[in-house]
Amino acid sequence: MNILADILTSVGMWEAVLRIATPLILGTLGVLLCERVGVLNLGIEGIMTFGAMLGWLAVYNGADLWTGMIVAALGGAAFGLLHALLTVPLGLSQHVTGLGITLFASSFSYYVFRLAVPTASSPPTIEPFRPLEIPVLSDIPFLGPVIFNQTAPTYLALVLVVAIAWGLNRTPLGLAIRMAGENPHAVDAQGIDPIWLRIGTIMAGSALMGLAGAFLTLAAFNSFFPTMVQGRGWICVALVVFASWKPARALLGALLFAFFDAFQLRLQTVVEGVPYQLFLMLPYLLSIVALIVMARRARVPQALMRPYRRGER
Amino acid sequence: MRFERRDHPSRVLTVLAPVGAIVAALLVSGLLIALAGANPIRAYGLILKGAFGSRLGLSEMLTRATPLILTGLAAAVAFRARLWNIGGEGQFYLGALGVTAFGMIPAVAAMPAGVVIPLSMAAGAVAGMILLLVPLGLRLKFGVDEVVTTLLLNFVAVLFVSLMIDGVMKDPLAFGWPQSVPVPDSAVLPKLMDRTRLHVGLLIAAAMAVVVWWLQSRTVFGIRARAAGLNPRAAAFAGVPLGTTLIAVACLSGGLAGLAGAIEVMGVKGYVTTDLSPNYGYSGIVIAMLANLNPIGVIGAALFSAIMFVGADSMSRALSIPSYIADVTVALSLLTMLVALFLAQYRIRR
Amino acid sequence: MTRVLDLSNITKRFGHVTANEDVSLHLEKGEIVALLGENGAGKTTLMSILFGHYTADEGEVRVNGTPLPPGKSRAAIRAGVGMVHQHFALAPNLTVLENVMTGTESLWSLRSNRSAGRAKLVALSEKFGLKVDPDARVSDLSVGECQRVEILKALYNDARILILDEPTAVLTAQEAESLFATLRQMTADGLSLIFISHKLHEVMSASDRVVVLRRGSVVAERATGETSKEELAELMVGRKVERPKRPPATPGKVLLEGLDLTLSGKGGASLHGVSFRLRAGETLGIIGVSGNGQTTLAGLVSGLYPPDAGTLLIDGRAVTTHDVPHAIAAGIGRIPEDRNAEGTIGDMTTWENTVLERIWSPEFSSRGMVRRAAARAATDQIIDRYDVRGASADGRIRLLSGGNMQKLILGRVLEAGPDILVAAQPSRGLDEGAIAGVHERLLEARGRGAGVLLISEDLDEVIGLSDRIRAIVNGRLSPAIPADRANAQLLGLMMAGDWSAAAEIEAETQMPEHKKAETEDAL
Repeated sequence: MNILADILTSVGMWEAVLRIATPLILGTLGVLLCERVGVLNLGIEGIMTFGAMLGWLAVYNGADLWTGMIVAALGGAAFGLLHALLTVPLGLSQHVTGLGITLFASSFSYYVFRLAVPTASSPPTIEPFRPLEIPVLSDIPFLGPVIFNQTAPTYLALVLVVAIAWGLNRTPLGLAIRMAGENPHAVDAQGIDPIWLRIGTIMAGSALMGLAGAFLTLAAFNSFFPTMVQGRGWICVALVVFASWKPARALLGALLFAFFDAFQLRLQTVVEGVPYQLFLMLPYLLSIVALIVMARRARVPQALMRPYRRGER
Repeated sequence: MRFERRDHPSRVLTVLAPVGAIVAALLVSGLLIALAGANPIRAYGLILKGAFGSRLGLSEMLTRATPLILTGLAAAVAFRARLWNIGGEGQFYLGALGVTAFGMIPAVAAMPAGVVIPLSMAAGAVAGMILLLVPLGLRLKFGVDEVVTTLLLNFVAVLFVSLMIDGVMKDPLAFGWPQSVPVPDSAVLPKLMDRTRLHVGLLIAAAMAVVVWWLQSRTVFGIRARAAGLNPRAAAFAGVPLGTTLIAVACLSGGLAGLAGAIEVMGVKGYVTTDLSPNYGYSGIVIAMLANLNPIGVIGAALFSAIMFVGADSMSRALSIPSYIADVTVALSLLTMLVALFLAQYRIRR
Repeated sequence: MTRVLDLSNITKRFGHVTANEDVSLHLEKGEIVALLGENGAGKTTLMSILFGHYTADEGEVRVNGTPLPPGKSRAAIRAGVGMVHQHFALAPNLTVLENVMTGTESLWSLRSNRSAGRAKLVALSEKFGLKVDPDARVSDLSVGECQRVEILKALYNDARILILDEPTAVLTAQEAESLFATLRQMTADGLSLIFISHKLHEVMSASDRVVVLRRGSVVAERATGETSKEELAELMVGRKVERPKRPPATPGKVLLEGLDLTLSGKGGASLHGVSFRLRAGETLGIIGVSGNGQTTLAGLVSGLYPPDAGTLLIDGRAVTTHDVPHAIAAGIGRIPEDRNAEGTIGDMTTWENTVLERIWSPEFSSRGMVRRAAARAATDQIIDRYDVRGASADGRIRLLSGGNMQKLILGRVLEAGPDILVAAQPSRGLDEGAIAGVHERLLEARGRGAGVLLISEDLDEVIGLSDRIRAIVNGRLSPAIPADRANAQLLGLMMAGDWSAAAEIEAETQMPEHKKAETEDAL
């Protein structure tokens, strides 16, 4: 019991929770935007990989870290545009297209990475984001170092939660986005083209996925290697259901998730006799549990996965 | 500009769709090769040479195609019934683990190959089935979308394999390498060509394609599965038992993916590792789509992927183009195939 | 009078199908014009062009003399054109206020001004007597309320011209009456209205002028006061179509009996203690406004789900296994209420659609294998006997027109020779010619001794075909009245839940039935 108490009261543990949560927050917000406008985006796993690679590559080639983040976001948006064009005006299967985007974006990332860094025994590194101590606030005992001693992208993710929550609930654009996810015919009847609305929103969501990937290479780690996203994208898809498509709850879900992840990492080192694989399975199993718990309760956007064509019902 | 559904989807275009899709994918990949400073035509020539230019290359290509046919079939049968089984990768691993575990049963050592081989394959298939029945059960019982659960279970399955080959199934003779004990000799599939890795699994896979085709087009199960996929409400009205039908489809789909893993172990590797599959499960999805979910077409699509993968390895050595270009091409062909099928079904109007 | 709207020489083609051919239509200020036509006559297409959802191939739309740019619904809204869609264009998970306000503010503003929106909505709803709660979730509203929201949405956009697409399709008679009263009030306020309809009585009672559309062209225009139902019917259909007459019934033994059936709604309204009897050689009509439990009742009798309580008896024996194969084997033939969503699988072939519900029978399969030749032959026979035009056994059924699809469904059901026929909305969405054909088949089945359970929302259909009529209201069945005592007014009362008159008539006419039952029991 002592060990547990030690882990739960250590600043390092709680500081790690926010760090681990950051890509999940960004990715979940990205999926949430896409689904709120009515389109499933299973491209996230690949788009995160691409963002991770592209952001890293930009910085490796001399760009500063924020340029790397922006490049990753643009790269994400580009794949988002591809996904949007295939699923919105063409109305192709969102499941299959998303998987195709994931397969394409990840293999394309590996290809570009190998071209740029032909052979190296250990992956080359860059100088990542350093924690940014916020004056005064970081002096608060315990909470200070946990919350206010994070890297800048973590703060950005937190700000984005508020911004997207406000945007969806309080602005005319957010209202139109939500309506497009509920009934695109209704948006069309009010004189807004749901096709463009969906394309734009998917691009924005995918840009967030790109950022989520870039956080991995530019803040959490300092290098890129294949398969580094490790299913985080799929976990984000599950988290959106857990969050009932609400940004604030997405933050909560990501934090809860990161808590378990940080906790199991520390537990691994102190608990003996339990194979580490069991700990590693936890995040995936937890995601499935979250899906089961929320499956019937959540208010799914009614037009999710329904392509919109004028005159077809 | 708008799209209008054709009354009669063009037969020619539907048949030509995979060809067009592959050509388009090759064009885009060719551009990527050219941007990397190599001549795409030469690169594709080398890929073909790598896959067909030698006895070894050809046998490797066919060896590679074997599991791809099976995972492709697994995806095709599931997608037909709108069961989104994206868990082929995990089912493949559990199938591989299943066959190895079966071989560890003491009594198996005493049995003749003629008994061990079919039983081993069945063990692998059952293991694959179980992994798909879980997410299907969650869908039927709780309404959980199976796409995400099957995806997540892929990671769980690989970790489970890792757990097993680190523990009870670890090969004590492997000098600490994480690999399982080998399957008994009686479970090893006979070779088709001497001094190559090509084994009878290829014939089994091809036979499965025919069996699946027959099931889908000739049996009550096939027509019901398709009805359940195309319009569940109308299928229910016509008395199709949706739950049972989906469970049968899941058994078939998971079983095929599990069989792929079993056959890969029995024919090629002899034991299980966590890098047994270079994304066979995910490639199966592409192959199924490229075949337009037609089981016989799956064979052709699997061959295309195998040519790309095996050929790209040798091309990559000659031109220093990353062999990932094969993955790029195969993934792209999924997207181009979707568009090609769309164009076969719709016409563009102003 | 000032002309507020002018559609001139509109032509619209979809592929080789011409939906509108050289259509011209105008609207004066304060006027109500009815656009009358059968299903598929091109009414909705024409209004979609006006509203900018489609672009016309030829022709022009002018509002208050100014041409509207084609294909831009935003421009139509700005010009003061509002559309009330037949399938409500509402987002169920959003509130009334959110539904009304979407798209009315600049998309790039950082804050939506809800209090101003609420004030405007409340003012409008009071002015026109369209009562709704701005904060209610649309999914919690009744259909009548949803329609009010649709109208308010248009008014909120300052519409001066309102187009209503089949506005009474889902309303009760009372709701429809109050809707037309509201519309009158609007014209008094200077609004101008077009409503699309195929119901002659409401066209006669609610419009100033009627424009009749047939096969995409305007065939006639009449001042409502100078025409008659009969003339309009003939203009609409293009010829005199007589629905077949019902010969006198000779009811036999009780084939189907429901005793206190209760079932919580399966995507529809629930049933509460429903009892009824259906005899051989008679048609029992169930009339009601959509959404009162018809779907659940039809599904229950069709074998889709078991009742929560109560018993269903077929031929005197209680049904123990409620599934489709057992229902069909027990002699129930089922005509589904929605041909496309429930009755057929569009992307499967005609033969597959024909045999799917009986694929388990030895006729069409043995040992799990489909007897394809037999299935095709049976399909060809149905296509031939039931005159299913444009169908081939191996063609996909999606390509058939509604009428031909219904013929195929009738064929697959009737060829099995069912004793009991459950016909749910059998003529919904069909044109007059096809309706007459369907009615003929239903009367034929009754004539050869089958019991027909006719579930319909169409008064004329129920009166024309049934021997006895019950109304279904909130999942309960009214007393049964004989068809010769039925009239629109009485049925209207019954559908509204006022059953006192019906109960009296039932009591009056029931005696013979009881006696008959007793004599049967004695035998």
